[in-house]
Amino acid sequence: MTEYTAGGDPGAAKPAYLIRGVRVVGAAPTDLLLAGGVVAEVGRDLAARGARVVDGDGLVALPGLVDLHTHLREPGREDAETVESGSRAAALGGYTAVCAMANTSPVADTAGVVEQVWRLGREAGLVDVQPIGAVTVGLAGERLAELGAMADSAARVRIFSDDGHCVADPKLMRRALEYVKAFDGVIAQHAEEPRLTEGAQMHEGEVSTRLGLTGWPAVAEEAIIARDVLLAEHVGSRLHVCHLSTAGSVEVLRHAKKRGVRVTAEVTPHHLLLTDERAASYDPVFKVNPPLRTSADVSALREALVEGIIDIVATDHAPHALEDKECEWAYARPGMLGLETALSVLLDVLGERWDLIAERMSRTPARIAGLVEHGRNPAPGVPANLTLVDPAARRTVDPSEQASRSRNTPYAGLTLPGRIVATFLRGEPTVLDGKAVK
Amino acid sequence: MLKHLLSGADLDAATATLILDTAAEMATVAGREVKKLPALRGRTVVNLFYEDSTRTRISFEAAAKRLSADVINFSAKGSSVSKGESLKDTALTLQAMGADAVVIRHPASGAPHRLANWVEGSVLNAGDGTHEHPTQALLDAYTMRARLGRIAGLSVAVVGDVLHSRVARSNVLLLATLGAKVTLVGPPTLIPVDIGAALAPGTEVSYDLDAVLPTSDVVMMLRVQRERMADSYFPSAREYARRYGLDGPRMARLPDHAIVMHPGPMNRGMEIAPEVADSPRSTIVEQVANGVSVRMAVLYLLLGGMH
Repeated sequence: MTEYTAGGDPGAAKPAYLIRGVRVVGAAPTDLLLAGGVVAEVGRDLAARGARVVDGDGLVALPGLVDLHTHLREPGREDAETVESGSRAAALGGYTAVCAMANTSPVADTAGVVEQVWRLGREAGLVDVQPIGAVTVGLAGERLAELGAMADSAARVRIFSDDGHCVADPKLMRRALEYVKAFDGVIAQHAEEPRLTEGAQMHEGEVSTRLGLTGWPAVAEEAIIARDVLLAEHVGSRLHVCHLSTAGSVEVLRHAKKRGVRVTAEVTPHHLLLTDERAASYDPVFKVNPPLRTSADVSALREALVEGIIDIVATDHAPHALEDKECEWAYARPGMLGLETALSVLLDVLGERWDLIAERMSRTPARIAGLVEHGRNPAPGVPANLTLVDPAARRTVDPSEQASRSRNTPYAGLTLPGRIVATFLRGEPTVLDGKAVK
Repeated sequence: MLKHLLSGADLDAATATLILDTAAEMATVAGREVKKLPALRGRTVVNLFYEDSTRTRISFEAAAKRLSADVINFSAKGSSVSKGESLKDTALTLQAMGADAVVIRHPASGAPHRLANWVEGSVLNAGDGTHEHPTQALLDAYTMRARLGRIAGLSVAVVGDVLHSRVARSNVLLLATLGAKVTLVGPPTLIPVDIGAALAPGTEVSYDLDAVLPTSDVVMMLRVQRERMADSYFPSAREYARRYGLDGPRMARLPDHAIVMHPGPMNRGMEIAPEVADSPRSTIVEQVANGVSVRMAVLYLLLGGMH
């Protein structure tokens, strides 16, 4: 990187950046000039005019990634992750916005808690942290939380989810779907029929039989999605399905979309890459909810993502303290890290299909979340939320090198393509030369 | 020889046969006036029991003591475990004490596999959750061979709560390795999905005990916990006994040479009627005696292999 001494315009509040010769969403190389928090100019051989120059040769610029499903653990489990450490992990993964799930302690079921998380995100200043509010008080599935108060709060909550728990009561789910229409909210459902998954430890199938672990049947997910798309259709509301994991769920979704139901769905990187065979080690780093499924499910999820039946990739980044994973499988908490490896996994799964990646990891998730500053391809006047990827780089995942406070990555030792070189949030770098700037 | 014995799948036919042959030699010790061999003198065997299982613990303890090993019994109740110590910390403690082998019984499937990552000594799975119990399968195979002269070619019916049975899984694996044909029998709710593909291709499943009995050389009745009916696996203990319990009239459908096995503890009147349990076909008491010989053989071969 070349440092230029500031030219004219001493009144400019922020340093500007000139990214040279970068392929915007995979197109032919061009320059991007960032100033005043937006992309000021796009074109070949732009004058630096005092901007710091970033060499974009060989790099691809993507709109900053947007994660609709992140667990930041604060408040409550700051030993596993904080808003700041999770934000740093996100920026290093190419994200400029994350939606923080509500299952904190205390639960994000009041305006006070969502505002706290929102404020912590602003203070960290590494990504935009958009809190998700709980659907029900304490995630208990019994009565609605004050959804309107959270929507009206400074955090401007639009996505509501009891993630980790399913809103299993059909009447409560119907009411929630209806109620959030008043402020264009969406219910993000963790689809898991609780009675069918009592004590469940992994995907129910050949491997669970062999390992003697209680099965989590695919039908427990599919039955809830089927019910919910019908409910959403009935009341004319928006539904978002979290971490879809089975081939059968894809078929339910395909059917619903054909009928015009307002439903979107996400898939996690780990469900696109890993299968239930991983459980054979009994290493709980592979324990996650919903569980890793079969290779047939993985194939169906990949096809559905390309086809658009599944709308987005979301990480379900779930940091856990060492003692919650370094134990017996049945006693371990479910979940795995995702923010710092998501793009690499998607490059591995999809190849360099940049527009598809931008659509599934940035533009569509931003649209679902209502984050208007995000998810826009770099172009003049667009907020400068973008990330630069080196697609030629390969890296071997090392848990000890994760910026997350936790180490529970399921990809340890795997060599994956792609490296995030820089990330910009409103024109300011959060990552440069592959390192977090703060 | 193996380092650990975690699963029936760890055993190939040659190793399993070596264990059974060694067990037969160990059995002669039991008939001596001094029931003791010096083979494991100076070696330490820890019995790490996270579940109450007096019969299995005593069997392993007797086996280790007859081989002159020092035996430490570590039960989870009233220990550091009940104070919240993790399995890993317990493992490191046992490691520091110089355990040459750890015999572990644990309610969580896979706990012995985790333990094997954390200790240098051998780990013997003495039953983990609903997963496996390999020494039970070995003692069952030993008992079949002792009674019927062979294992290859036998038709073995394993009857009952296969879903929750670690005994069943280890038996399916080992018996397939040794050439027996296994048929799993029980209500469909208690037969796990894809069991054949999961464990041993060629394993058959039947929901009709009466149809299976006339062609069975061995009937192995599994313990069925009465509380399973609270979870709707079957409607009542009486209906279970009527459809899948082994009573006198049903036993009469067996070929004359067939034997009846049970890993214990039995629910008399539930999966097995008293007249069957106490009949000459029953091998239940022999199984207990054979358990000590088989565990002696396993300890001897695992620990002897370290030299």
